[in-house]
Amino acid sequence: MITVVLPAHLRTLAQVSGEVQLEVVGPVTQRSVLDALEARYPMLRGTIRDHVTQERRAFVRFFACQEDLSHESPDAPLPDAVASGVEPFLVVGAIAGGLY
Amino acid sequence: MSKVRVLVGTRKGAFILESDGKRQKWDVSGPHFAGWEMYHVKGSPVDPNRLYASQSSGWFGQLMQRSNDGGKTWEPVDNKFVYDGVPGTHQWYDGKPHPWEFKRVWHLEPSLSDPDTVYAGVEDAALFRTTDGGKSWHELAGLRGHGSGARWQPGAGGMGLHTILLDPSNPQRIYIAISAAGTFRTDDGGTTWKPITKGLHSQFLPEPTAEVGHCVHRIAMHKSRPNVLFMQKHWDVMRTDDAGEQWREVSGNLPTDFGFVIDVHAHEPETIYVVPIKSDSEHFPPEGKLRVFRSKTGGDEWEPLTKGLPQSDCYVDVLREAMAVDSLDSCGVYFGTTGGQVYASADAGDSWMPIVRDLPAVLSVEVQTLA
Repeated sequence: MITVVLPAHLRTLAQVSGEVQLEVVGPVTQRSVLDALEARYPMLRGTIRDHVTQERRAFVRFFACQEDLSHESPDAPLPDAVASGVEPFLVVGAIAGGLY
Repeated sequence: MSKVRVLVGTRKGAFILESDGKRQKWDVSGPHFAGWEMYHVKGSPVDPNRLYASQSSGWFGQLMQRSNDGGKTWEPVDNKFVYDGVPGTHQWYDGKPHPWEFKRVWHLEPSLSDPDTVYAGVEDAALFRTTDGGKSWHELAGLRGHGSGARWQPGAGGMGLHTILLDPSNPQRIYIAISAAGTFRTDDGGTTWKPITKGLHSQFLPEPTAEVGHCVHRIAMHKSRPNVLFMQKHWDVMRTDDAGEQWREVSGNLPTDFGFVIDVHAHEPETIYVVPIKSDSEHFPPEGKLRVFRSKTGGDEWEPLTKGLPQSDCYVDVLREAMAVDSLDSCGVYFGTTGGQVYASADAGDSWMPIVRDLPAVLSVEVQTLA
C-alpha cells in the first residue's frame, strides 16, 4: 500500500481526516500514484494536476524521503521506501501560493 | 413571512446571511470553504435552494460547488473547463498574442427556467454552460469565435467574463460583458454574438470608439424592460434603450464616473444605484466618504445616499459583483466592500446598516428573496 499525505484543503475536499492508503498496480510513479488517488477521490481532479496537460500545478509540490521530487519525471520510479509503504508521498501546497 | 438570504463571496470563503422581511436582525453562517477565494455564489430563480458557487485558489485551481438545501450542505461538481477546439490567442498586456488559458470562474448565472442549467463566465474570457446541474461544462464557443477575439485584451484584474444577463422575455437573447473586451449580445441562444458598443467612448484606446476593447465593469437590467441596460464602464455610466444598439452617457452630476457596481431597483426600472470610486490609481471613495448614488430618472441626475455609511476616513472599494437588490415591497439594496463590510438598506437606499463588519474582502453579493 502507498501512503499519500494531502494538504489540509484537499483533505477537506476529499473528506478524509488523515493519510490516504492506496493500492497501486504496476510501477509506483508520480503518475500511477496520482491516477490511483484521483480514481478513489474524483473531486481532486484538476487540483493537483492540470485537467488537460496532466502537469503538476505550479504551486503544488511533491516531497518524499526528505527530497523534493516536484521536477522529476512523472513516470520516474518513486523511492523504494514510498513504493513499499514505509515512507509517505507528500502533496504540499507551496509557500508561495497565496496572495492574501 | 418573507425571508431574505444574502450570498457573500469573499477572498477567504463564502458566507450566508439570513433575515426575515424586516431585515434588521441577521443570522450569519460561514465561512463555507474557508480559505478559498469565492468569486461568486448564486441561487437558481426556479429553485432557490439550489445554489452554485465558484471556489478557487492559487494552489489548487478551480472547484465548483452545488447545494440543494440553500447552502447548508454542498457537493463538489465538475470543475473541468476546456475551451472548444484549438484555443488560439488573444492580446497580452504588451499587445503580443497570448494563448487562451483557463484561470477561474468569475460569474455564475443560473437559468431562469431550469435549475440544472447554469452559465459560467470565466477568465480567460469565455462563456460556458452546464445543462446537467454542474456534472459537465461546455463552452459556447461562438462568443470567443467572434472575429474580434484575437484583439481582446485583459483589464488590470485579468480578462474575465463577469456579466451575464438573461433576457426574461426572450430565451434566445443573452448579454455578456468582458473586461476589457467590451459587451456582446446573442439573439440565437449563444451560437453567434455581436459587439454592442456603439456610443461607448474610451480614451485609453487608440481608437476611442473601437468596436472592442472597452473596459466594461458591470451591466444591469430590470426584468420588466430587458431592452434597457445600465452600464458602469471604467469611466462613464451609460444606458441603452434599444438592447445595446446605441449607448449614451448618463453620468450627470456624479462626483466621479468611475466605479464597478451598478444595479436597478426591484420595482422602479428608472431607479439605479452606483458607488463612485476615485480612479485610476486610488480605487477608494472620493474624500474618504462611502456614498451610494441613486438616480430616480434612469441616470443624469444623482443624489448621494449617506445615512448609516461612513463619511470620513473610509478607503474601501466596492467590486463589480458586490451589489444586489431584493424584491420585497420596500426594495432592499446590499453591497459589500474590500474592507469586509456588507451594508444593507431596507428602504431602497435611504438608510444603511452593516450586516457584518469584519469579513475578508468581499468579492460578490447576491440576494435571494424567499417566500
